Amino acid sequence: MSEPATLTTVTPAGAARAIAIARLPEQGMIMLRADLGAAATKKAVKAAVGTAMPALRRIEAAGARAAAWMSPDEVLLLLPRAEVDAALAAIAKAMGTAHHLAADVSDARAVFALSDGPVRAVLAKLCPVDLSPDRLPPGEVRRTRLAQIACAFWFDAAGAATLVTFRSVAQYAHDLLELSADPAAVPPFPR
Amino acid sequence: MSTRLATGGRLIDRTRPLGFSFDGARLRGYAGDTLASALLANDRMLVGRSFKYHRPRGILASGAEEPNALLGLGTGARFEPNVRATQQPLFEGATATSQNAWPSLAFDIGILNDLAARLLPAGFYYKTFIHPRPFWKHLFEPVIRRAAGLGRAPREADADRYEQLYAFADVLVAGGGVAGIAAALAAAATGARVILAEQTAHWGGRAPVDGDRIDGQAAAEWVAAALARLGAMPNVTLLPRTMVAGVYDHGYVLAEETLADDPAPGHARRRLWRIRARRIIAATGAIERPLAFAGNDRPGVMLASAVRDYVVNWAVSPGDRTVIVTNNDDAYRTALALLDAGLAVPAILDARPEATGALPAALRARGVRVEAGRAVARVLGRGRVRAVQTCLQAGEGAVIDEIPCEAVAMSGGWSPVVHLWSHCGGKLRWDEGRAMFAPDPARPPTGADGAAMVIAAGAASGALHATDCLRDGHEAGRRAAAEGGSMPPEAASPAEAPHAEAPAEAPLMPVWRMPQGAGVRLAAKMWLDFQNDVKVSDVELAAREGYQSVEHAKRYTTLGMATDQGKTSNINGLAVLAGAIDAPIPAVGTTTFRPPYTPVVIGTLAGEARGAVFQPLRRTPIHGWHEARGAHWEPVGQWRRPYCFPQGGESHADAVRREVLAVRNAVGLLDASTLGKILVKGPDAGRFLDMLYTGVMSTLPVGKCRYGLMCNENGFLSDDGVVARLSEDTFLCHTTSGGADRIHGWMEDWLQCEWWDWKVYTANLTEQYAQIAVVGPKARAVLEGLGGIDVSAEAFPFMAWVEGTLGGIPARIYRISFSGELSYEIAVPAARGLELWERLMDAAAPHGATPYGTEALHVLRAEKGFIMIGDETDGTVTPQDLNLGWAISKKKADYLGKRGQERSFLTHPDRWRLVGLETLDGSVLPDGAYAVAEGTNANGQRNTQGRVTSTYFSPTLGRGIAMGLIARGPERMGEVVGFPTLDGRVVQARICDPVFYDKAGEKQNV
Amino acid sequence: MLTLTCPNCGVAADETELAPGGEAHLKRFGPGASDDDFEAYMFARANPKGIHFERWRHAYGCGKWFLAARCTATLEVFATYPAQSAAPPEAVLAAIRARRPGWEGRS
Repeated sequence: MSEPATLTTVTPAGAARAIAIARLPEQGMIMLRADLGAAATKKAVKAAVGTAMPALRRIEAAGARAAAWMSPDEVLLLLPRAEVDAALAAIAKAMGTAHHLAADVSDARAVFALSDGPVRAVLAKLCPVDLSPDRLPPGEVRRTRLAQIACAFWFDAAGAATLVTFRSVAQYAHDLLELSADPAAVPPFPR
Repeated sequence: MSTRLATGGRLIDRTRPLGFSFDGARLRGYAGDTLASALLANDRMLVGRSFKYHRPRGILASGAEEPNALLGLGTGARFEPNVRATQQPLFEGATATSQNAWPSLAFDIGILNDLAARLLPAGFYYKTFIHPRPFWKHLFEPVIRRAAGLGRAPREADADRYEQLYAFADVLVAGGGVAGIAAALAAAATGARVILAEQTAHWGGRAPVDGDRIDGQAAAEWVAAALARLGAMPNVTLLPRTMVAGVYDHGYVLAEETLADDPAPGHARRRLWRIRARRIIAATGAIERPLAFAGNDRPGVMLASAVRDYVVNWAVSPGDRTVIVTNNDDAYRTALALLDAGLAVPAILDARPEATGALPAALRARGVRVEAGRAVARVLGRGRVRAVQTCLQAGEGAVIDEIPCEAVAMSGGWSPVVHLWSHCGGKLRWDEGRAMFAPDPARPPTGADGAAMVIAAGAASGALHATDCLRDGHEAGRRAAAEGGSMPPEAASPAEAPHAEAPAEAPLMPVWRMPQGAGVRLAAKMWLDFQNDVKVSDVELAAREGYQSVEHAKRYTTLGMATDQGKTSNINGLAVLAGAIDAPIPAVGTTTFRPPYTPVVIGTLAGEARGAVFQPLRRTPIHGWHEARGAHWEPVGQWRRPYCFPQGGESHADAVRREVLAVRNAVGLLDASTLGKILVKGPDAGRFLDMLYTGVMSTLPVGKCRYGLMCNENGFLSDDGVVARLSEDTFLCHTTSGGADRIHGWMEDWLQCEWWDWKVYTANLTEQYAQIAVVGPKARAVLEGLGGIDVSAEAFPFMAWVEGTLGGIPARIYRISFSGELSYEIAVPAARGLELWERLMDAAAPHGATPYGTEALHVLRAEKGFIMIGDETDGTVTPQDLNLGWAISKKKADYLGKRGQERSFLTHPDRWRLVGLETLDGSVLPDGAYAVAEGTNANGQRNTQGRVTSTYFSPTLGRGIAMGLIARGPERMGEVVGFPTLDGRVVQARICDPVFYDKAGEKQNV
Repeated sequence: MLTLTCPNCGVAADETELAPGGEAHLKRFGPGASDDDFEAYMFARANPKGIHFERWRHAYGCGKWFLAARCTATLEVFATYPAQSAAPPEAVLAAIRARRPGWEGRS
């Protein structure tokens, strides 16, 4: 059980948007810090979300579950909220005595689904990132800033993006995305 | 008079008339007009008053270099000052107003300055208004401010929206003239990602007006075809109406795009492009120089290229008869354009001894009077040109004849636009033959790879002639793609540059003063800088007074300052300066070219960061509840925390008082979710925390909490908080609300960069948990009301933590106290924080259910003598200063800050140390007040012996209490010290124990 | 506005994604150190016009620290390399020498 998504809207009621913006309050997330090359860690990821260990900056997905590369010693595991406790137990079992840190961060983050339109163009207004599909292909995770806050996002093959940021600034992130989705100001970029 | 011609005008659409106003007069123009062309078409030759002398000024140019036609545009919250009429496209309903004229443009009182011009030389303000000093502030400055100035600042918040965009390119081409287009074509053919930006709404630059042919086509047709090709390429982004403002380090470029002149409400008006380009091609063209002759600022005297633009692009006649005065062949093109439009050219005055090239010959063939070796002696007419008097260029100005005319088209040659080349350090070379500074390819601005990051192309590189210009642009594009792209240019780029056919041109003759022997009487009417009213005589005066450096002369005379930054005046000005001090022009050099190229609206730079998203506002999971209860907010970092919860008409002070007493007497609830919560885990976690904290954490038993202090390597206190040991290898470190990110970064820094072989992982879990403090004698009863975890004194002692469920919610409870009362801090997953808060409020209802804010928190802790990071500390205070020696391990060989604290001045007995302060009269000491000591210091200031760090009214004790740092404080208990206040009183306070309440700690340990 | 490539995640990061950390390769002096050594560790910083070694954190990215060798005058970047380096690795020094023949090394 969790609180409802209670974000307000910053643009005029009924204003058209160039993309769809939706918060995903039911997304479960586990931070796992460990030696990503170790067999135990790979086993733990497999046990928790059923995917292989993601390569540098990649995300490995299996249905509603995924593992995203965050840094050389950290992956973010994505899974339904209801499965978090079981996954944490599975990680502990797989890691055994190996040095690691696994923590439920489902409530520490806010996740947005961005779709149905020029998602790359909207994000290009807020992130200092080369968002050309050649440079940031589907399945690559980019951690960067969204205007003044930290975020991470990745695209799927259909051009939709999943964006993760901190919970306390969810409203700010939502406001930024809404303002940047002005259908009258879609830039001819990225290419 | 200036009028609209019956036919022609390549840029205007006569089927789309537009209405606009100028100083209240309703006028009409066409779609495709600029504000300037529309004003000229309505015979509005007078558009402004000059900065200093308030002389009547007309439109001089047709582009970004225009110094005179600066107008106010829009009204109210959409008013924008200093809009360059030559760059502003006309739109329906545009409201333009003149600037710098009072009471009106036609009758301006400031013109008196012109009559007194002899008394207002360079440096006049500096020289005259210095004495007597009070007169400056109260008399001179207000009058001058009113009469001078370039437009007024908007009075209302900008109603328009702005946004920004991050873009990346292999090759950015700045300038959509034919050189830029050729460069973009060559670069794009290799597959390189190309952005082509053009500041106007039109492509092709001057070529379509100049009438040259490219690859067998009229220039305009070639441009249209080239743009169609570029537009169809997926690797090319075309940006019309985008001014490349500046080039910065590592290929970073800012450009301002105008999205709409009159956007619908809520939609963006401008966009700042923040571009990273591997190579930048500066194809920014060249700017024509005025000639310095007497009366060259009269409305109707225009740059020759501008006259040509107005005739060809917008079908505007500057007058029936236009005299051309020039030192080069290019201005003859203006004569041809005028003749082709059916207008008269009474004479071409060519300062060169001979005028024999193809273009002069063409004009002679059409029967135009071409006079070589001739100059303008002076322009006649006041509000507009009536005639010119001619003289010999080689002479002193004796008048030969007078030629009636309505306009004068002047050309002193061309200056490459080298701004983008120069912004990041590109150097210039002086081209003696063509009398211009051009980019020196041997000394380019360099980028991250150490190679040239800017390539100048076309006229901007000095390739003024159309044939050279296209070849140069093409080569620049090939080179930029080879260096910045990922494919070899040989693969796809056409080796052949587009070819332009244009008549050959004879060399110009540098003319810096006309006629060359003109005396001071004429020089005092020869304008160099039209915007700032700087004349040849002013620069010469500055040189005589010793301002021989070009940077000094600029500031003394104001040459090249303000919104146009001397686009038309710099070269002429420094040439005059060079002449005055007998130095070669390259030895004088140029002033520094700084971004932006033309002014950028501040809203564009702010982008989206205004209003609701000015900065991120961090909200706790309980934020909405606080908001609904009318919490008065306090910013803590980017968090908003309730300062207090006023009820009814209660003042903030009364609310704080009520909240404090509720906690002391019953129970209060605090949203402590903002506290930092950092998980530290690993076999070396204890060892690591022993280094981080001044105390020992490795000995903390599982299930217990311990207060800890963190110092920087200087030994100064940086953060504090309670550490809980969750398991053998896991600790949870609480930090201050503002310190979580900083302390997490501090931990990672040491783990990654110093002790990288230690097995420790950290995780900042601050936002994973909502944390609620239930505080007061009834706290236990409230928790028991929810049921679950056993919170009895026996099962759950002070400084312990337990895990379980509270009212069915999974929770971890810490029994710690920052108030001296019985206190439980309950952490639950953030998503359930609001639910827990509301259930605790229900459970606390029988006891008053008082939520309290940060101010009550502060008062409560101050009553107990607990320090607060940021109040008792300011980056120069050690734990020892705060009598926190008990929290510093004597046994540990090392911890961060230990060596620093061993320095002699930090162990000195005279250090200011923490004490309590109680005023003799019970009043509240002013925050930050200093305790004075005997004598004065070397600066004659009163010596000090301490200061107040925290001061509050204590509702519990019914009087003011304070903490402060006092020299040798703890040794001086009972002594009275004086604190002068800002209103001149001295408040006496007695030094006392900082623990004002429950010294024995009985209330928190029950 | 620099662009530096983070060696930990491979991202060419905009300067606004990074946090600066001052001079690299400092040796920590703790308890027992002389006043001079401690002063040098705390306060004496190189401020060269030319080649410099710096600490940067990819703060908005992977969160990891790295080191950069660059020229403070021209802003040319010679290399970025792991923070876990007590001294500039030979490959970094070679990259500098290739661009600045005759460079004498860190003073």
